[in-house]
Amino acid sequence: MTSLNQESAVTPLRVLIVDDEPPARARLRDLLDDCRAQVPNAIVGEAGSGLEGLDLLASNPADVALVDIHMPGMSGIEFARHLQLLEVPPAVIFVTAHDRYAVEAFEVNAVDYLLKPVRSGRIAAALKKAAAGPRLGREVFDRVDPHPRRFLSVNERGRLTLVPLAEVLYLKAELKYVTVRTREHEYLIEASLAQLEAEFAALFIRIHRNCLVARRLIRGFERLEGDVAEANWAVLIEGCQERLPVSRRQWAQVKALAKS
Amino acid sequence: MLARLGYAWGFACALAIVAALTAAMATVQSLLGHNLDWPGLLVGVLLAVALAALMLEYFRVRSRAFSPALAEARLQALQARIRPHFLFNSLNAVLAIIRVDPKRAQDAIEDLADLFRSLLADDRQLIPMREEIALCRQYLNLEHLRLGERLQVHWSIDPEAENALVPPMLLQPLVENAVYHGIEPGLAAGAIEIRIGLDGDRLLVGLSNPYHPEHQHRQGNRMALANIRERLLLHFDVEAKLDTGIDGERYRIGMAMPYRRAP
Repeated sequence: MTSLNQESAVTPLRVLIVDDEPPARARLRDLLDDCRAQVPNAIVGEAGSGLEGLDLLASNPADVALVDIHMPGMSGIEFARHLQLLEVPPAVIFVTAHDRYAVEAFEVNAVDYLLKPVRSGRIAAALKKAAAGPRLGREVFDRVDPHPRRFLSVNERGRLTLVPLAEVLYLKAELKYVTVRTREHEYLIEASLAQLEAEFAALFIRIHRNCLVARRLIRGFERLEGDVAEANWAVLIEGCQERLPVSRRQWAQVKALAKS
Repeated sequence: MLARLGYAWGFACALAIVAALTAAMATVQSLLGHNLDWPGLLVGVLLAVALAALMLEYFRVRSRAFSPALAEARLQALQARIRPHFLFNSLNAVLAIIRVDPKRAQDAIEDLADLFRSLLADDRQLIPMREEIALCRQYLNLEHLRLGERLQVHWSIDPEAENALVPPMLLQPLVENAVYHGIEPGLAAGAIEIRIGLDGDRLLVGLSNPYHPEHQHRQGNRMALANIRERLLLHFDVEAKLDTGIDGERYRIGMAMPYRRAP
């Protein structure tokens, strides 16, 4: 950080490094130092995980993020997907040792990546391209990730909060938003229930036109009095006082799941 | 197939074949109109025994003639492989430390070279467990460079068991799996436990690592296990076994095979 290029009038490119392996971060740091004359850059932070990276970005905005794909907790690709919720997301350059499927997906979608061991020549070229090129959209990063996300990201006044899917009790659509309910909190996200249902089919079951419930938390059913929301039954969820109506259309399916 | 069975079962099967043939002959005799008499039956039994012996000998000679080459070819195909993921990450880590710690970088390259020499070796002879353990330690040095404190390894080795003869690359792929499936997916530090001991004339190898259920889509574990199982079968036949299981938060592998002492 002390050797910022003085000759160049250009503002240095702010770079965030995200990799779980300390030597891999050191290698990127060295290479960024080496190419500083060519591409003025300043490292704004180093993170050992995607979660740490998002925390860092909240207080240290970056223009470019160098992101390892294979990380514990949250993959680099998922990290990039969450980034797209920021007002001005950094350009993402993935770094990977050997991930044939991911690399194929990057090629198809014109997402930039570096191969480990990272070569000094390549990093300067990638930084230049990232600084000049247009930002890729959110859908591009959704497309390159074959796995369901492990977190839902909530943008609260410019700050990203990540909610682990394992903590979500139910997802309920209201007008423009989807309510994400956990034991302690309620969040609003901009999403379509149909997309959430498709992505997290293994975790949630649809009980109503407007509601998905965590499969493993269904504890039983309660008969509803009168005709509430086209439903005769309500679902009981562990850790939640609310009674969520099961529509007559979904009843057979939900009951079958409860039996199995 | 008979060759795969243990001695007692093989003997029982041979007897069963003899009995079946005798019965068949007796039926043929009675169908041909002969009365069922004792001398006749005796001749039948003798004929059946001779026939069964001939058949068994034929299959034995046939399996002798075909199987060594086949087994050899299978062993070659089964020669364990190291993940490219590991190779490239290790090279990346070595590049990272060359400037700050050249000595350690040299050691790492030497370990990497030894590891690949063993991997590429076309040697299908049994080796002393001692050598396999040394190889695993070199491999773990490399992973330690990359993963630092996140990787902890606890060895418990009976010195006598180090003399046991085992197929080459018996343990290394399992240790590599333990790192890949047990340590890398964890945010916190995790420990791999390796126990090598003797129980009478049996060599016992146990290995365990933290279990991450959400990472079960990661490929490779089953392939390595099937590979080792097959090589154990080719070297020790039915006398070796390999079991896996999940016990609470740990994934466990247990292997047992005859203890053959290195000369």
